[in-house]
Amino acid sequence: MSDELIAFASKQDMLAKSKEFWNPDKTQFWIDSGVPLVIDRREGYFIYDVEGKRLIDVHLNGGTYNLGHRNPEVAAAVTAAMQRFDIGNHHFPSLARTALAEKLVSTAPPGQRGVPGGRPPGPALSKVMYGSGGGEAIDIALKSARHATGKRRIVSVAKAYHGHTGLAVATGDERFANLFLADRPDEFTHVPFNDLPAMEAALVSRDAAAVIMETIPATYGFPLPEPGYLAAVKELCERYGALYIADEVQTGLMRTGELWAITKHGVTPDILVSGKGISGGMYPVSVVLATETAARWLTEDGFGHMSTFGGAELGCVAALKTLEITTRPEVRSMVHYIAARFTAGLARIQEQYPDWFTGVRQDGLVMGLEFAHPQGARFVMKRLYENGVWAIFSTLDPRVLQYKPGILLDPGLTEELLERTEVAIGKARNDLPKGRS
Amino acid sequence: MTAIDIDLATDPAGVPRARAMLGRAEWAARSFATYDKPSVDRIVRAAAQAGAAKAREYAEWAVRETGFGVVEHKVIKNLACSTGLADHYAPDDYVTPRIDAAAKIVEIPRPAGIVFALTPSTNPVATVYFKTLLALMTRSVVVVSPHPMARECCASAARTIAAAAVEAGAPDGVIQVVDEPSVPLINALMTDERTDVIVATGGVPVVRAAYSSGTPAIGVGPGNVPVLVDETADLAKAAKRIVDSKSFDNSVLCTNESVLIVTERAAPALLRHLKSNGAHLLTPAERDKLVPMLFHDSRFNIEFVGRDASWIADRAGIRVPPRTRVLLAPFDLVVPEEPLAHEKLCPVLGLVQVRSAERGIAAARAVLRLSGRGHSAAIHSADPRTIMDYAASAEVLRVAVNAGSSLGSSGLETNLAPSMTIGTGFFGRSSVAENLHPRHLVQWTRLAYNRDPAEAFGDFTGVEPWQAPRGPVPPYPVPSNTFERTGGGSTRHDVTSLREEIRRLVIEELAVVLGGGGRG
Repeated sequence: MSDELIAFASKQDMLAKSKEFWNPDKTQFWIDSGVPLVIDRREGYFIYDVEGKRLIDVHLNGGTYNLGHRNPEVAAAVTAAMQRFDIGNHHFPSLARTALAEKLVSTAPPGQRGVPGGRPPGPALSKVMYGSGGGEAIDIALKSARHATGKRRIVSVAKAYHGHTGLAVATGDERFANLFLADRPDEFTHVPFNDLPAMEAALVSRDAAAVIMETIPATYGFPLPEPGYLAAVKELCERYGALYIADEVQTGLMRTGELWAITKHGVTPDILVSGKGISGGMYPVSVVLATETAARWLTEDGFGHMSTFGGAELGCVAALKTLEITTRPEVRSMVHYIAARFTAGLARIQEQYPDWFTGVRQDGLVMGLEFAHPQGARFVMKRLYENGVWAIFSTLDPRVLQYKPGILLDPGLTEELLERTEVAIGKARNDLPKGRS
Repeated sequence: MTAIDIDLATDPAGVPRARAMLGRAEWAARSFATYDKPSVDRIVRAAAQAGAAKAREYAEWAVRETGFGVVEHKVIKNLACSTGLADHYAPDDYVTPRIDAAAKIVEIPRPAGIVFALTPSTNPVATVYFKTLLALMTRSVVVVSPHPMARECCASAARTIAAAAVEAGAPDGVIQVVDEPSVPLINALMTDERTDVIVATGGVPVVRAAYSSGTPAIGVGPGNVPVLVDETADLAKAAKRIVDSKSFDNSVLCTNESVLIVTERAAPALLRHLKSNGAHLLTPAERDKLVPMLFHDSRFNIEFVGRDASWIADRAGIRVPPRTRVLLAPFDLVVPEEPLAHEKLCPVLGLVQVRSAERGIAAARAVLRLSGRGHSAAIHSADPRTIMDYAASAEVLRVAVNAGSSLGSSGLETNLAPSMTIGTGFFGRSSVAENLHPRHLVQWTRLAYNRDPAEAFGDFTGVEPWQAPRGPVPPYPVPSNTFERTGGGSTRHDVTSLREEIRRLVIEELAVVLGGGGRG
């Protein structure tokens, strides 16, 4: 008998039980991919396999660990909060939820200013709704848009990914929607990214409730929006009576050098969604910021969407601390420094392997590394793992490696990471099947 | 109504922000350490001019905020520590490698990195100027923690210097300042391994804490300056210099004279000249009224720091002539229990008469036994023998000769390094024995060739390790597809200047869009 809750005879024993009791396909996938990782302890930007191997985390679960694993300030805030709070009661006004909502609104992109004699000022994001994860938050955003416009159809970009819940999964790539028979082509229109005529064609019938877009589509390998594209989409939305929903789950929280990436495109969305990193990786919570119009149901029927864990108070405390850290001027400055260091460092690596490492898609610390093979990023991922770095390929475009370093990286670790990356890219090039360069 | 205020903080106020400053400073330091000489010169000049332009504003602000000192004198110090400092060190070079072909050695300057600068309440803005400019000259970055009594003027002054430096091309975050200085914050930054060196100017506890932190530190001990006048001196000049010095900024410089030691043969004439220069010789009764107010429990009463002579006399109920600048307080023997033998940061000057210069030297040693070892002394004499004996005997590391000590020992009226931080050396439990100088913030990597004549020395002429920054540091992170099309094997290494240009255009455009000019 033992009071240890977690005990396995060995890593092999654990992996066998993982297949037996948890997820056989996924467990085997990582073994086959050369990434037999079972994460044990974690600290800062390091994760450690149960056998002790140290890895620099450049996946960060899509930005969940922007501030590092177990950020001491976030951990301390949550620990202090646990002496007083728990998840809370989702029906009542809550200290933590209200404080976080106010903080989110006060740091949100301002409403667009009007043009004298021209367009009126745009509405600001002024209400906050809570979920427990990104998918739920996307569902809340889509439901709010449908309620506000009285329209049903949702436009998203092909190869999009917004989560796996009921509505969110239907906006995304068919790989995930079809598996569970959750595709609804009549209600969910997919248009190619960076294709304005296609977007206009999808909106011209004026029956779309919303366009939902990641500011930079992460799971598709961070293809960058063409300059002016997102602003033009927003304008099309206004012209055809649709709301613009910015999915900032992966691009927000200072990753691009601004709190919300969408502001770099001069757009104030009608709805903005954040999850993952919003609570510092310590306690799950997701948030939806909306204009008064988009959030109208909150004044009509506040019980319209309910979620026991949505806006859990411990998560709200984690998010308050995370936002406080993230919005420090020092942190914004650091992100600009770190981004510039990667621009230079990756360019140097590219110079060595121009035929293999063919491109860098970068906006701040959102980076996609392109390789000259349809599965190129999977080779690089394996070699990175061997070389002490954990970064993941793009599920919907495995040519591209998602490369997402933390926003609090110091110069020394940045250099180490670039050196490890250089070696791994070089080795992966030699792993390619014969016949390709 | 009950306020709801739930405190979930676990760190003392300001500490997390201060740590974040070190994170930013690390990046800034990396960048700044690669700047070339012309860029550094431009930054130093711009920062110094910005400081000089606000010399008066900050002098007034410092007096208003702290209650210490004299505006006109703080203007002088602020100018001396801004453009004065830049001019003084203009011929020096702490950036370019030095080549010594004969020794077959090349010395490459390496900046300290992150300087944690503690600044005092007595010389607040001048010290902020001084330390930040020394750092800029040597390509280090600074986090300033001002004394709480002077935090507002110091924070503003640091930001003025920072803004001018960044405008002139310095990296973002090159100078940062904490707004909420506190003991826990100072300890946190002192012990943080990202801090490369602490430069501590302030009271004994903070200096000792710096040395105890485990981080390399330049801290300085307190002063207690003896000044010896013998009969060979030009007594008229000596009197004027002593009164000017003792009244300068109401004695808040740590180099100000504390005890005047005068030989019996020089005393009558010197006292006459002192009087005509605005010194008031206290009667024993007046002195005995003043001393208990000036010292509480044998500690100097902070209320009197930096106050002028009239204010002090008035507070002690002593009538003095108008325009009195210094109060002379006679006493017999320099011993620990004599309060007037201790440091006085106000224009009260102890006065001791001695039978000979030799006895005067002994008295000076006695003053320094109480405090002020390693700091400063002054002498007014024409006899090199006496001057030499005095300097070789008194346990100080600088002796101002025929000059006031306030500005003489601090290098403003002598050819010592002009400085607001006076190294007290091993005598005074410090690692630095000189007036703090830019060279104390730079170390040198030495390339040393094989001495064997058969091994030729390399030709390093024109081999420059540093560069000028290209545009703002760091650049604003614009998306990569605004300066190149991704994919297709495109490379970006040839397009730096084009990228900078586009970056600039994008930022301008963005500013218009975000500023409300509609969108494109």
